[in-house]
Amino acid sequence: MGDLLRRYGTGLTGTFFVLTAFWLLALVILPNITLLEASFRPYLPVTEIGGPKDVYSFDNYRKFTANPIDSNLLAIPVTMPIHTITFLNTVIYSAVVTFVTFLLSYPLAYYLAKIADPKSLPTLILLLFIPLWVSEALRAFAWYIILTLNGPLNAVLTGVGILEKPIRWQNGVFTAYDAIMIGLVYTYVLFMLFPIYGSVQSLDRNQIEAAEDLGAKWWQTHWRVILPHAKPGIASGCVMVFMLSAGSLLVPAQLGSTRSNWFTQSIQQWMLESQDWNTGAAYSFLYILLCMVVVLLVMWIFKVKLSDIAK
Amino acid sequence: MNKKSNLLYHLYFGAFLFYMFAPLAIMGGAAFNDNKLPSVYPWKGFTERWFVDLMNDQVMWTSLRNTILVALAVVIISLPIGTAGAILVNSIAGRVRAVLYVVMVAPILMPGAVIGISTLLFWNNVSVPPGLHLSVLGQVSYIAAFVMLLVLARLQSFDQALEEAALDLGASHAQVLRRVLLPHLSPALYAGAAIAFFQSIENFNVTLFTRGTSNTLTVYVFSKVRSGITPTINALALMLIAVTAILALVYELRRRRQAKIEAAREAEARRAEEAMAI
Repeated sequence: MGDLLRRYGTGLTGTFFVLTAFWLLALVILPNITLLEASFRPYLPVTEIGGPKDVYSFDNYRKFTANPIDSNLLAIPVTMPIHTITFLNTVIYSAVVTFVTFLLSYPLAYYLAKIADPKSLPTLILLLFIPLWVSEALRAFAWYIILTLNGPLNAVLTGVGILEKPIRWQNGVFTAYDAIMIGLVYTYVLFMLFPIYGSVQSLDRNQIEAAEDLGAKWWQTHWRVILPHAKPGIASGCVMVFMLSAGSLLVPAQLGSTRSNWFTQSIQQWMLESQDWNTGAAYSFLYILLCMVVVLLVMWIFKVKLSDIAK
Repeated sequence: MNKKSNLLYHLYFGAFLFYMFAPLAIMGGAAFNDNKLPSVYPWKGFTERWFVDLMNDQVMWTSLRNTILVALAVVIISLPIGTAGAILVNSIAGRVRAVLYVVMVAPILMPGAVIGISTLLFWNNVSVPPGLHLSVLGQVSYIAAFVMLLVLARLQSFDQALEEAALDLGASHAQVLRRVLLPHLSPALYAGAAIAFFQSIENFNVTLFTRGTSNTLTVYVFSKVRSGITPTINALALMLIAVTAILALVYELRRRRQAKIEAAREAEARRAEEAMAI
């Protein structure tokens, strides 16, 4: 602290403090406290705010466990509150998306880091960045076009005889969430690839060769040498992809059907369609809790620190 | 590594590139299809009318202007905030530092919708109505964290003795900041500005809840896809893809030229060394 004052003087040090305080207080901490506070208050007409009815309660959270309906959870029939089902589906399918992006990315990351010609590497990475720079809304829209009933995918599949007649992909083939998962994997796969690439790249090639010289089979080399080294990258990729998927609103809204609700859509309905900001706040808070649980769980499973993930 | 498995990897990479680009090609191709529904199939003939429609679409142009204004505001606000945060975190140690770091990084790990909603609720409580200004504030809350992380990484390689020396030689505090620290941080600041700009353009979740009645490009595309879709969106998509591809190409050509110059310089140096040895 004294060190800061000596180097930058009171004026500049004060400015640093004010800027950081504005960021953390006005943009991060106070809004979240407001969110938490609002989530316990009832949704009332403006004239009744602050009146006798404006008391704290868990009513907004209770809506989460209201309205049990018959539905499916991973193809198992269940009777559960509608928003709880949505919530669980969001978590499950986001986890599936995360796993699929990992399976797709790991060989690619290894290819880029250890097999591709180092001279052409910058070009290859640039090629991969191009789809990333094209807006997320448009990437989801591209799949909307591909998956429509009269779209190119059905045309190709019926053309080569794999399908007899076109499928309604957006209603789902295996689960109601197929189209959403296809869209999420496509949209977020690079957020898995780049962290893993970053961590595999720092592995000394000699270690791989040493493992091979000592007679390790290719899968043993991966399992015992490369994967453990790539752990921080994998953890950070998993957190990124899971958060982005679970928090995505564009992809489920564009590629979903009436049978596939995403938790962000429930929040959006409370906020913008019912204009019930208090219940919206309660649902948002549940969401923050979910995120914290996921981050802590990933950190625990992979034994990494927060500073490894947030890179 | 044997050749056969390398070939498999090459093929896999090729397939992956096809997977990444085919949807973009299909989306772009539909912009020329004379079909009211946005698709390349069935092909009903070539038309450029979707581009004409796009040019005449006032809402799209307003949204584009809003997007750029918001992105510029986000860059201008989040750069100083992120830099100040990084300098502060860097100058303290121990428990306080850990807590500060977690609070700073937390917004990156929070869902965008929640950031948007908490921003909306907080400023509504202090009687600030929703609008693009709130979108800017909401976006800054997490984009500043990206800037902070970049600057913090760069600060690790900074030699503080340089600042001491400048002070000993009679420089003022402002001069130390302007002539010693900021030049060292400049690569991180440029990278931070670029990331902030792109993140802001991309942002949908925060903007949706805070925008009031204003539109940005992502929100506009979203509302278009939900309501009546015509291939005007495809025309827009094709243009954005084209701009991205051209920028990437320019970058790549510059990089290659730079690499060539460096290679030539190295060869020159090697020759000079050999000549000296003789």
